[in-house]
Amino acid sequence: MNLAIASGKGGTGKTTLAVNLARVIGGPVQLLDCDVEAPNAHLFLGGPARERRVIGIPVPEVDPHRCDGCGECGRFCAWHAIVSFGTTPLVFPELCHGCGGCALVCPRGAIRETERRIGEVEIRQVDHITLVTGRLDVGVAAAPPLVAAVKAARREDVPAILDAPPGTSCPVVATLRGADAVLLVAEPTPFGLHDLELAVATVREMGLALGVVVNRMGSGDDRVQRWCAGEGLPVLLEIPDDLRVAQAYSRGELMVDAVPAYRPLLTGLLARIADLTRATGTVRAR
Amino acid sequence: MKIAFTTSGDGPDAPLDSRFGRAPKFLVYDLDGDAWQMLDNAQNLGAAQGAGIQAAETVVRAGARAVVTGHCGPKAFRVLAAAGVTVYNSAAPTVATALADFRAGRLAPARGADVEGHWA
Repeated sequence: MNLAIASGKGGTGKTTLAVNLARVIGGPVQLLDCDVEAPNAHLFLGGPARERRVIGIPVPEVDPHRCDGCGECGRFCAWHAIVSFGTTPLVFPELCHGCGGCALVCPRGAIRETERRIGEVEIRQVDHITLVTGRLDVGVAAAPPLVAAVKAARREDVPAILDAPPGTSCPVVATLRGADAVLLVAEPTPFGLHDLELAVATVREMGLALGVVVNRMGSGDDRVQRWCAGEGLPVLLEIPDDLRVAQAYSRGELMVDAVPAYRPLLTGLLARIADLTRATGTVRAR
Repeated sequence: MKIAFTTSGDGPDAPLDSRFGRAPKFLVYDLDGDAWQMLDNAQNLGAAQGAGIQAAETVVRAGARAVVTGHCGPKAFRVLAAAGVTVYNSAAPTVATALADFRAGRLAPARGADVEGHWA
């Protein structure tokens, strides 16, 4: 089981849902914090990291004695991380995505790859939850390789909950790829619906099973539910706009611990997610 | 010798654009042939990063030996310098005025980038 929790809009409650689901799940679970530009699941689970891995990507280094300035590397690079005008290329490591293409296309074998640090992966054990946190270094632009490193740390024999970054761009796609099901958390507001529509389009493009959770019900209207009904999307849970939940959140506490009445809501959600993945044939978007 | 000017317009009377990497267009003037050439830079307007590098590649491939623009960031400057292109910063209101300043020797070659990159 590989459950990704995403949203179009930021701040809708992805992490809240992810950490609370991990808490109520019966048995060992891995929680992968893939929001590597702003990881925060550890704030709710606490505990020291038992392991810390430095993550890097391969970036090109050019041997000026072998390079004849043919420019193949620069023509290949979609990110303009390596540029050549008939002379030894200029390298901009901060733009490099680490694909290795420049070294492959170099006819002179003049490019070798060196490691450039982009961030860290931390692993914590909190009761039955193994929390894997990706932390991108400040100033690093390309998050997907670090998201991949977070996902590479998971064990296949233990269910995983993936907390995605907000939005619909590359780091989100990198997180969702390979998920058995995606939960999209939305707010019942015009802004919330707008960004939910973008997120739904992304998940459909990827052909993944999909369900919606509406958070802070009562703070807006029913436009998200009406839109989901029209699109044939299941709304798997509605979480009320509850001051007690917000107060618990502000103290770094879990909703299901502070207000135990929410526990059955989330275990019920887990059951509906299991149905969703079993019924993949009917729910799968494409 | 060819000189590239940044602009949002279509001719010498158009405004000189203050940006290099994300200027909508480059007007390239050939001092020897007294001819203007338009280079489109629209693909870089929405680029998240690397706009300056790509813009620099565009003007270098067009054969420009000088760039006159409002500001030039560090990556673009590095590429232009490596290709032997001289950068001149100018606050002139129009491309034509900037060209007149260039001809009259009123522009000094920039020794480095005069602004920070737009990210990182």
